[in-house]
Amino acid sequence: MNRKDYKGFWLGFPGIFWLLIFFSLPLLFVLFASFMSRGTGGAPTLPFTLEHYTRTLTVFGPVVWRSVVIALLTTLTCLILGYPMAFFISTRKSSRLRLLLLFLILLPFWTNFLVRTYALKSILGPEGILNSLLLNLSFIQQPLNLLFTQFAVILGLVYGFLPFMVLPVYAAVERLDFRFVEAANDLGANDWHSFWRVIFPLTLPGVIAGSMLVFIPSIGSFVTPDLLGGTKGLMIGNLVARQFGGRGNIGLGSAVSMVMIVLVLIGVVIYLRFGQEEAAGRG
Amino acid sequence: MASRSQNSMEINQAKLSQDMLIRRLGNFGLFLSPIISYFFLWAPIVVLIVFSFNDAASVSVWRGFTTKWYQNIFAAGSGEASFVTEKLLEALGNSLIVSLTASAIATTIGTMLAISIHRGNFPGRRIIDGLLYVPVVIPEITQGVSLAIFFKILFEFIQGITGQRITPGFATIIIAHVAFNISYVVIVVRARLATMNTNYEEAARDLGANNIQTFWRITFPLLLPGIMAGGLLALTLSLDDFVVTFFTKGVGDDTLPIFVYGMLKQRVSPEINAISSLMILASTVLIGFSLILQQRGSGDN
Repeated sequence: MNRKDYKGFWLGFPGIFWLLIFFSLPLLFVLFASFMSRGTGGAPTLPFTLEHYTRTLTVFGPVVWRSVVIALLTTLTCLILGYPMAFFISTRKSSRLRLLLLFLILLPFWTNFLVRTYALKSILGPEGILNSLLLNLSFIQQPLNLLFTQFAVILGLVYGFLPFMVLPVYAAVERLDFRFVEAANDLGANDWHSFWRVIFPLTLPGVIAGSMLVFIPSIGSFVTPDLLGGTKGLMIGNLVARQFGGRGNIGLGSAVSMVMIVLVLIGVVIYLRFGQEEAAGRG
Repeated sequence: MASRSQNSMEINQAKLSQDMLIRRLGNFGLFLSPIISYFFLWAPIVVLIVFSFNDAASVSVWRGFTTKWYQNIFAAGSGEASFVTEKLLEALGNSLIVSLTASAIATTIGTMLAISIHRGNFPGRRIIDGLLYVPVVIPEITQGVSLAIFFKILFEFIQGITGQRITPGFATIIIAHVAFNISYVVIVVRARLATMNTNYEEAARDLGANNIQTFWRITFPLLLPGIMAGGLLALTLSLDDFVVTFFTKGVGDDTLPIFVYGMLKQRVSPEINAISSLMILASTVLIGFSLILQQRGSGDN
């Protein structure tokens, strides 16, 4: 059994082949292009250069930084909204109610992402239902500028990725041994202390897993900032798309892509390092 | 001594009422926050559905109840539907073709790969296992643009050799969708393989079944809930995908998300509310179905 005899290799071959040709190879092209000069029509050409990386970090530095801030604020908002929600669901006694509550989180999540973004956009618009409601109740005199702001982008991302936070935290709370909490209460801890000293530390792997599952797609998002952000909410993904468009510079776009991948990988490393107990417990 | 114990009792009393206050606040917050979150998740969808019955082409001003947008959609093909509706349904058809084909291919070769990694024994198996998670975390936009360059270079190369001009189309979209779906299928099917009992397969072999018989009669039926769950996940991801499609599609062949995006960039037609509501209905049915499958799948562990 221990002999390496290529058992099962050919069964996996089509999948491996597909991933090598249509995933890994194109990614290598991007890596190469990011180090190449700008040729005619924005096509990459020799000689090799680092200019795209310097431009990404200087000219596009503010956008990169803004993307990180937006992704972090999205993660924090998801945590504040999602943690109590996950805790509430997993502490319900009836398993049917728990399933229903989870279903109610997943259902909007399974609705087409663009349709959901559209729904949000129509609510936030100057003539949207939120503004007309606030105007009618005389809370405001002028319609609020909600659309095409960073706020709208964060709201859109939270709306899209909240389930990614709720599900791992839910799993962590469900695995929590509540005898520890009882012990803390018996020893005189009030709910505040037993939460911060017992419950939260024990569910931390779930929190980290959820945070990274929100952070990773947020930093790479394109549609949400494109539709809700305007120029004020531009993110890295929009820079990449622009460079690959009509009059773009493919080398520069590739370098921006690489910077984005590095940011994502930082999230992945944090997830693997600190969110792992989650995966181990689930496996 | 007496006054001292009375003092500590007073302190205890104060602490107790403080603790009760914390508990009440905590319970109140715990009850309030899911209400806010559920409202946040559902309000846009409810607004969308309600306004799909609005007589005006607006999502803020109510002009009375109508089903004309739905009628318009169901009248498609009869020559009575508007141009937009026809386009919209064409896009929906394209979406279905692409996602059904892509998820069928991804589910087949993904299941094969999952079995190969789980049960096989060949060099590089562990490395491949680790690399499978890469497509899950790499941003869609990067996958999209990298495939765009790849196809461009590939097609120029082919044209240089054969003189044949190839343009992107359904094939490139499907290839790209399969590429991002394989990993998800493998992860889901592997989870099922990991919890599967091998006793039945051993029994079948002991009773003289060959490998092919054992696979189709025993392994495949036992694995089926995992394969179905993986396939449904692939189907949903494929149906939902905008970014990768956007960069790998040819001129004209729009999937539904591409069509919706085009509308959002220009002018929104009210049919979109109706078709979105129908899509929400469809995904409700789909997710209900997959939950039942998963329940059944986990039931016999």
